[in-house]
Order: sequence, then structure tokens, then C-alpha cells
Amino acid sequence: MDWVNVTIQGILLGGLYALFAVGLSLVFGVMRIVNLAHGDLGILAAFIALFFVQWLGLGVLWSSLLSIVLMIGIGYVLQRGLLNFTLGTDDTRPILVTFGLSVIIQNALLMGFSADTQGLKAGGITAESIEITDRLAIGWYPLMIFIAAIIIIVALQLFLANTRMGRAFRATSDDRDAAELMGINNRHIYSLAMAIALGVVAIAGILMGIRTTFDPTQGQFNLIFAFEAVIMGGMGSLWGTLAGGMLLGVSQTLGAQAFGSEWALFTGHIVFLAVLAFRPQGFFAKTVTA
Amino acid sequence: MSMLRLQDVNVFYGDFQALFDISFDVNEGDLFAVIGANGAGKSTMLRTIAGAMQPKSGKVLFEGEEINGISAHKRVDMGISLVPEGRRVFPSLTVRENLQVGAFSRRKGDWNVDTVVDLFPLLKPLLKRQAASLSGGEQQALAIGRALMANPRLLLLDEVSLGLAPVVIKAIYEAMVTLPDRGMTVLVVEQDVQHVLTVAGHVACFLEGRISLEGEPSELSPDAITRAYFGM
Repeated sequence: MDWVNVTIQGILLGGLYALFAVGLSLVFGVMRIVNLAHGDLGILAAFIALFFVQWLGLGVLWSSLLSIVLMIGIGYVLQRGLLNFTLGTDDTRPILVTFGLSVIIQNALLMGFSADTQGLKAGGITAESIEITDRLAIGWYPLMIFIAAIIIIVALQLFLANTRMGRAFRATSDDRDAAELMGINNRHIYSLAMAIALGVVAIAGILMGIRTTFDPTQGQFNLIFAFEAVIMGGMGSLWGTLAGGMLLGVSQTLGAQAFGSEWALFTGHIVFLAVLAFRPQGFFAKTVTA
Repeated sequence: MSMLRLQDVNVFYGDFQALFDISFDVNEGDLFAVIGANGAGKSTMLRTIAGAMQPKSGKVLFEGEEINGISAHKRVDMGISLVPEGRRVFPSLTVRENLQVGAFSRRKGDWNVDTVVDLFPLLKPLLKRQAASLSGGEQQALAIGRALMANPRLLLLDEVSLGLAPVVIKAIYEAMVTLPDRGMTVLVVEQDVQHVLTVAGHVACFLEGRISLEGEPSELSPDAITRAYFGM
């Protein structure tokens, strides 16, 4: 029964990884930018929520909502005011700029909040669980995170498939110059994509901050997990990203169960490398060329 | 009335000058053809009108107003649509979605998925297909239909017959000649002189970035056109 339990924990953990990965995948899909600051921006959102709790005395829920809204705004401005200028002929420029951004965010958080681990406290919800048998229980809170991941992925899929703006996203991803000739301002589209991406990663960062603890350097690990989820799932597929996140989560929790908790990250990376070796395009890759 | 006017337009790619003091007028309701050999500057001229390139000097006037400096996506809102060279359909989108993206600007007018399909019946059975799976001729019809979805006042067509089978070229030209009657001004660029001269009301021949001949096709002798085209 322990193994079933551990597998379920892993699947639910995968929902959190998927939430971290969705924005990374969207941004890469629409504008071919690899945002190396993505994980740090998620942690930044958790710290912003913490700031609202500690300094303004707001509740965790309101602080979180404010932080998410703020991150959406930051996403738009960051893309429009900075990252759009890195786009063009040289693919290394956005990588260097987002790497710099990652360093700046980490160090600004270290200066502002010190290297201590922090937590967002959301009351009893994190401790409650549904008992299925006396040896098998599912935590309410991890289940909520998983459901949130599914809702967000469904919403994004519907947006991309059925709305005027969603089609503009896909058209810009296919051919930005041709999209411009259809009246689509690609700088606006890119900024909207980054706004959505940071809104989702803010949700991920805050949910993680409530689930466990966080510190200023944690963003880089989340970035790696997000990369692994995206690549295992296959580029361009949001459901693939969820599957990739679940596989990573299960690999980690089963590894911890089999070899001890210090092996969790290692077994996760090993499974990722195995996927990379035997199915480098991932499980659900969607690419179309003219 | 002059729908489009170019005044002494000079366009450069870095140090290389592609267009030299280009001036011409396209009247409302015209089907205006620009012919010329590969590299004569025809596509550069179209891209300058569409806003994808900016002239170093000279003016582009649309319906009497200077539009220099206005970006390409805003020109679509004003009523200028370009069917780019090489078709450039969105490969991962379906045919219907490609058409819907064409209507992104939300300009009012008669064109919608149904009227485009009426104009190009070959698209009707393909609406749910991914554009990447279409043949060259089907993609060309789609690219034109997609541009029409923006309800343009001025339609710019770049090499629409390039690489297509004669039967497809015929269908596309038959559709094209009906457009001026539907309130549109058409500026078409072609290397293949034969077809376009039978439908155009006015023709300009480009040679190495300059206009070498201009007039109504009926007034121009084949010899004069050949000399203007090849620079002999």
C-alpha cells in the first residue's frame, strides 16, 4: 500500500511541476525564447505574497491574488520594455538577458529577505487529507494543486484553440512576419504571452510556498524541473507537459521510497535522461512545418 | 481618385539601393500590374507599401495621406493587405483558422469564410485541413482569401502565379479580375508577363530598381515591353 500511496503523491506533485512548466512552454512556443528567469519569477511571486502578508497584514489569499495580478503586469512590461528588444537574429541574446535577470532576482531577494527559508501559512487546509483506507490517504492540498493545474491547462487550451487572440498566438508562433501582415502586432502578442506565463508561474510559486518552504535560490531548481517536464512531455503540448510533470513527480517519490529521500532528485534526473536518450522528442510532441 | 501614390521613393537594404526614385499612381478600382525580372525591386516595392520596409526618402500616400513610418499591422487596419511572396500560410492552423486570422483586424465589409469559399470553391472541402497539407495552388488560394478577410481597400499580390500549374493560375486570375468590381483596388506583381497583361488596366515595368516603362497594356507593343523588361 505504501507504494500506491507514494505513486499518488508523485502524480499530485507532478501537477505542481506542470504549473511551473506551462508558462515556460507557452513562451517558448510563441516566441522561441528560453526564459532562464522563469523559476526565479515564480519564487519572486511567493516573496511578493509574503511581503503583503508581513508588511501590509493582508491574509494569504488576498496577498496571493495581489501578487498574481502584479506578476501578470510585470510579465507584460518585462516583455514589452526589455525582452522584445532581445529578439531577432541572435538566439543567444534572450538567453543571456534572462540569465542576468535570474541573477538579479535571486540577489535582490537575498538582500531583501535574507537566505532564510520562508513559508506562507494557509491554515489547516495543508494538513487535511481524504482517507481512502487506513494506510492510504490523499492530501487535500496536493489534490487542489493538481486540480488547479488541470483547470489552468484546460483554460489555456480553450483559449488557444477557440479565441481570436488564441489563434493570433498560434499564427505568430507559426510565422511572425506573416502574422504582422494580418494586422497582428507581434510585440503585443509576445507581451500577452509573457503576462500569461508569469501569471501561471506566480500561481505555481505561491502554491509551492504554501505547500512547503521557499528561499531565494530555489528558483533554479524549479526551472530545471519545469524544463524536464516540458521536454519529457514534448514541445508544444500542454497535456504533454502535465504528463511530463507527473512522470517526474512519480520518479522522485518512488526513488525516495526505494532508496531513501536523498535519492529523490537523482532518480528524477535519471528518468529524464533516459527519456532524452530513447525518446528525445518527448511523448506528445506537436510540431508542424510548411 | 488616387488610391495609392508613390513619390520619389528610395529604398535600401543596408548600403544596397533596391529602389531609385520610384513614382507612380494607382487609381481607385484599378487592376495595376507591376512586371519585371527577378531582382528588379518589385517585391521590395510591395513590402514598402505594406509597411514591412521603410523608404529612406520619398513618400507613400494612401488615399491622399502620407503613411511613411506607420507599421505593417496598423496598415492592415487602414485597409492595405499584402499576399506575400511564397504564400506564407500558417502551417499548423486549419484552412478555416487561417481565414479567421485574416479577419483579425475586424474591418467591416463583405468578406467572410462563406464569400471567400464562393470565390475559391476549391477551398470548401479543405476548411478543416491543416494548411501545411495543402498543395501549392490551394495554399495560394488560401493566402489570397486570408488577405481578403481583412476587407482591404488596396490588395497587394506578390507573384501569385509563381510555381503553379496553368489550370490553377487560370482559376486565380479569374477570381482576381472580379475584385475591382467589389470595391477593391488591386496591385499585382508578376514575373510572368503573359497572364497579367490580359487582365491589367495599367502596367509598370521595373528594371533594376527603376520604372522602365509605364502605360496601358493595349498601347504598349510587345517589343517595347521586351526591351523594358530585359533592358535591351
